[in-house]
Amino acid sequence: MSIIEVSHLTKFYGKSRGIVDVSFAVEEGEIFGFIGPNGAGKSTTIRLLLSLIYPTEGSAKIFGKDAIQQGPEIRREIGYLPSEVYYYEGMKVIDLLRYSASFYDCDCEQRLKDLSGIMELDLNRRISDLSYGNKKKVGIVQGLLHSPKLLFLDEPTAGLDPLMQRKFFDLIREENARGVTVFFSSHILGEVQRLCNRVGIIREGKIAEISDIRTLQQNNYKKVRITAAGLDKAAFDIPGATELQQENGTVSFFFKGDINAVLGKVSAAPVEDISIEEPTLEEIFMHYYE
Amino acid sequence: MNANIFRHEFRARLRSVIIWSLAIAFLIMFFFSLFPVFADQAALINEMMDRFPPELTAAFGMGNMDLASVLGFFSFVFLFAQLCLAIQASNYGFGLVSIEESELTADFLLSKPVSRAQVLNSKLLAALTSLTITNLVVWVSSMVAITIFRGPREYEFSTLLLLLLSVLIFQLFFLSVGLVISLLVKRVRSVTPYALGLAFGAYVLSAFSGVFGEVTLELITPFKHFDAAYIVAQAAYNPPLVLLNVGVSIVAIAVSYWRYLRRDIPAVS
Repeated sequence: MSIIEVSHLTKFYGKSRGIVDVSFAVEEGEIFGFIGPNGAGKSTTIRLLLSLIYPTEGSAKIFGKDAIQQGPEIRREIGYLPSEVYYYEGMKVIDLLRYSASFYDCDCEQRLKDLSGIMELDLNRRISDLSYGNKKKVGIVQGLLHSPKLLFLDEPTAGLDPLMQRKFFDLIREENARGVTVFFSSHILGEVQRLCNRVGIIREGKIAEISDIRTLQQNNYKKVRITAAGLDKAAFDIPGATELQQENGTVSFFFKGDINAVLGKVSAAPVEDISIEEPTLEEIFMHYYE
Repeated sequence: MNANIFRHEFRARLRSVIIWSLAIAFLIMFFFSLFPVFADQAALINEMMDRFPPELTAAFGMGNMDLASVLGFFSFVFLFAQLCLAIQASNYGFGLVSIEESELTADFLLSKPVSRAQVLNSKLLAALTSLTITNLVVWVSSMVAITIFRGPREYEFSTLLLLLLSVLIFQLFFLSVGLVISLLVKRVRSVTPYALGLAFGAYVLSAFSGVFGEVTLELITPFKHFDAAYIVAQAAYNPPLVLLNVGVSIVAIAVSYWRYLRRDIPAVS
């Protein structure tokens, strides 16, 4: 059984588009990346799944239950970290976290201490005194506190410094290892690449592609970079090569097809340096947006 | 009902409740402390009142008040208390769910395992509890003020009870109408202007209906539904108007639930 099953989900805000006919499924125990530029409909999808907003058409199931009809029941097992964190300004961090924990039947006091220790969160400060990054940390602890089975992370790393990002990723991997399913929305492909098993790419409210992160990288392009004396880029203008560029003696391009065609060309030249690599997700991603 | 939300809501409003209650108690005590002076000079005062244009006295709801009697004077004080109570209740009504949305904490609350109905139940009950506290303070301060300052003059206790009993129903009207308006408009960015608008609007409607002697406008304002001068003069409510008041409140709450249960919570933008 899929943990999340979305079928033909559509949301219009009046006449403006939220998402259109979105369908996908997230399996138990995976980290599902949800990528798209700002305004593509990532947050809309998450908010629909949490029934903060209601769909115009289509439906969604979480844990096999209807996301709207059985919302309160489903949300017992869900942790949510919104992209922008806002909490009751007058409260202290510890009071907010206890208020949050009070909604679940768990004794979260020890976990509260552990998590805020890891995230280096000062529990006695007021929410209104916290910087954006620190509020984000409150959000992370708040989302993980009740040991949910499903995590919604909506652009979770914005505002965190690289060190904290790493701790956060470790935390998410740890949770995932315990069997927690993670729905990870982001527009930063690098972090999705580091963390996720599968990705869905959303663009202008529609799903552009859903695929395994490896197949996305492998079935596609190779990034080739050759440095040789007297090299001319025209020599590599062969079928399958794109974005051919030359800088002094270095030629770089993307290549899709039989790699031997490239190697044949290379062997004729006095090569000083060569690299053939997987393109980053960013580079693949650009193709979906061209 | 969810006890956590109730407790949180109640605490968040506690300071406001204390300030409102003390302010209204002070207003009642202070104004009513002037009663002995008025009562002693009754003939003079009534002569002076007769010289004012009737439109003016009507606008202040004093058209048929006898300022020399205990309850006549109290109903004059009560009108100002009503105005404060109306502002307080509208404030709570408009802010009940809109503050959560404008300060963007609604995402936090509604992603918890609670239904929309539970959220609204808890919030309404917390607001009612807050208003009840203000109510008790109004009751106590009114009775204390009358006991201290009435001197030898007698009054009808049951009529005073009628006046004081009206407070909660009166406030419920502003709470529920404020709530339903906040859910009918797209977004309430700031609560206070709306609350002042509703309370003063209702007051002005009532005042103007007195000026022009028309009967149509008074139908919609609680200041007429629970017109203190009328209640004191008749020693009774005006049943059709009270029913209308309660009816509007019930409809407003029903529509509020209907809207809130289907509401799209606005995101950050």
